[in-house]
Amino acid sequence: MLQEESDLSLIIAQIVQKLKGSNLYSQLERQAWASLQRPEIKLESLKEDIKEFFKISGWEKKLQNAVYSELSVFPLPSHPAAPPEHLKEPLVYMRKAQGSWEKRILKSLNSMCTELSIPLARKRPVGEQKELLNKWNEMGTDEPDLSLFRPVYAPKDFLEVLINLRNPNYENGDSLSFRTHLGLIQVPLKVKDIPELKECFVELGLNIGQLGIDDSTQVPPELFENEHVRIGQKVLAEQDSAAAQQYIRQGSPTALRAELWALILNISSQPEDVLYYEQLKTNVIQHDLLVDSLIYKDVKLTASNDDYYFVFEDYLYQVLLCFSRDTSVLSHFAFNSASPPKSYIRGKLGLEEYAVFYPPNGVIPFHGFSMYVAPLCFLYHEPSKLYQIFREMYVRFFFRLHSISSHPSGIVSLCLLFETLLQTYLPQLFYHLREIGAQPLRISFKWMVRAFSGYLATDQLLLLWDRILGYNSLEILAVLAAAVFAFRAVNLMEVTSLAAAEKKNHLRELKSMYLDDIVKIHGLFWLF
Amino acid sequence: MSRVLVPCHVKGSVALQLQEITFKNYYTAFLSIRVRQYTSAHTPAKWVTCLRDYCLMPDPHSEEGAQEYVSLFKHQMLCDMARISELRLILRQPSPLWLSFTVEELQIYQQGPKSPSVTFPKWLSHPVPCEQPALLREGLPDPSRVSSEVQQMWALTEMIRASHTSARIGRFDVDGCYDLNLLSYT
Repeated sequence: MLQEESDLSLIIAQIVQKLKGSNLYSQLERQAWASLQRPEIKLESLKEDIKEFFKISGWEKKLQNAVYSELSVFPLPSHPAAPPEHLKEPLVYMRKAQGSWEKRILKSLNSMCTELSIPLARKRPVGEQKELLNKWNEMGTDEPDLSLFRPVYAPKDFLEVLINLRNPNYENGDSLSFRTHLGLIQVPLKVKDIPELKECFVELGLNIGQLGIDDSTQVPPELFENEHVRIGQKVLAEQDSAAAQQYIRQGSPTALRAELWALILNISSQPEDVLYYEQLKTNVIQHDLLVDSLIYKDVKLTASNDDYYFVFEDYLYQVLLCFSRDTSVLSHFAFNSASPPKSYIRGKLGLEEYAVFYPPNGVIPFHGFSMYVAPLCFLYHEPSKLYQIFREMYVRFFFRLHSISSHPSGIVSLCLLFETLLQTYLPQLFYHLREIGAQPLRISFKWMVRAFSGYLATDQLLLLWDRILGYNSLEILAVLAAAVFAFRAVNLMEVTSLAAAEKKNHLRELKSMYLDDIVKIHGLFWLF
Repeated sequence: MSRVLVPCHVKGSVALQLQEITFKNYYTAFLSIRVRQYTSAHTPAKWVTCLRDYCLMPDPHSEEGAQEYVSLFKHQMLCDMARISELRLILRQPSPLWLSFTVEELQIYQQGPKSPSVTFPKWLSHPVPCEQPALLREGLPDPSRVSSEVQQMWALTEMIRASHTSARIGRFDVDGCYDLNLLSYT
């Protein structure tokens, strides 16, 4: 009993501490002061009267949403004896692996810097600043020479690191035994099995209506769709984050999606937020970073070549360039196993007062990074709102897809979950692919790292991301990857090489797949 | 799994009033604790189990809980933790997958002194006992009510003064300069 109470007070203290620095806090303060003028607020029952006022005016709901948001994002306070690294990642060998991986990335970036003789950062001359400001809404028309730049790393490089991940305390015997992992991931993380997945994703069961399936033309809308839309409108009217998160597990109607996501992520575009975005834009204009060229290259290579997303090229620059300058992103490193790269002002090497993070937000983009932003462009057209949504999605979910950690939504766990599901439920297919040298993870890894962005048609992708928000977990990515293999199992049994497996339309043309095909015939629902 | 019992034996010369045990786990699945208490001189002390197979790793074959920090308190124990002369920790790890298992950074805390409570300045919490209050004109508020309101206000201002925020400032440069060397590896 005592333990639970002290845990609860610790969580409360932590949340209060975090909220004190937020806009909401100053707004609540202002509202409280203003309310003193109201006749119903009496001095002897000040506290209760103000609380009542907040409840009626909807401010209590806003506070509830903020608290709910903190609970969803921040991990529970850890043991008092645990050092800060433990909160980032409890397993020592994984922290070490992440550290070595980061060192490789830094070396790669440094060597690019010295080879090309381009500084990591430089202040733009005034003329260049003016030019960029004029071109801000059409940066895509620029055709800078990016041929010498190469992405710092691609998902397949990261996969190799994960494949070589080993726990030094684990019996990795050379001979095959019951303890050998048949897949590529060799670390024994805990992943959910089918009964646990069923329990966790109970709203995806066959007997519950889903958008994306039960709203297709053959199904009369009275059966599910109309009611679902009506409930969605009610949830939005109530402005309740927790209710929205629960609601969206069955998918979101297209018309309501943008507002629902904003409600769940607790994003409300205040004037301060627009100002903050403008400040970031000023930072982009003033300083030119090497990372900017990497972003340009990535957008040109991925999103610009994509049939769905090339129209949003300009938006992508506006979001990603500002994202690199945003120091508020640094706070997520408290619970991310990765750490932001550090540098010193020229000439002040080693002096801590001149130590800075590079890039300012601590995140070095890799090949395909811009695909995290692209789908959001369909939902949000105002740059500062689009920016806020992306930033929140990144610090809640996407960072886990490219850092080494033992978190259940981390990429290592997702890979292991995928392989385990496939081995358990499609052993013949798994064995066949393994025999021909086409380990399934080599094919599905890139889908999961990008959260299927660029691999699924956008409307299907947004339905998938609805579920990520609804369940506050990325495990659905591994389940979908396994389901895709199940869907194409018959065809895949016939291929004879990795290249053939990838080349044949079976897997490359995910874009023509509909989630409801996968789900109805094989996919997610075969699991249930 | 080896059958050789390696005792983890903590022996004190002074009777221990155990409050809390803290440690960092390293792949131990189950923990049992036995104690021997000081008794009267003639009866031999017996080993008593105060914690039986406490689960540290829900799945002994996987990494969950394997390197977590754990605290065990007096109220979780099966027996009274006063006057302890010897303490024995028994670690179990049924899975053959791990090369070794142990607990690290073991710390044992005794009953501490009670923490002092926050004191209000005396004149607020104990108003001076009655000098006969002067007769007040009508229309003025009741003095005891006013004093309780003032007390509340004081508490609120104290709270606000004690609070501080953890918000960041947002500058990434140093005095306007962001001219960098190469990235640092340390």
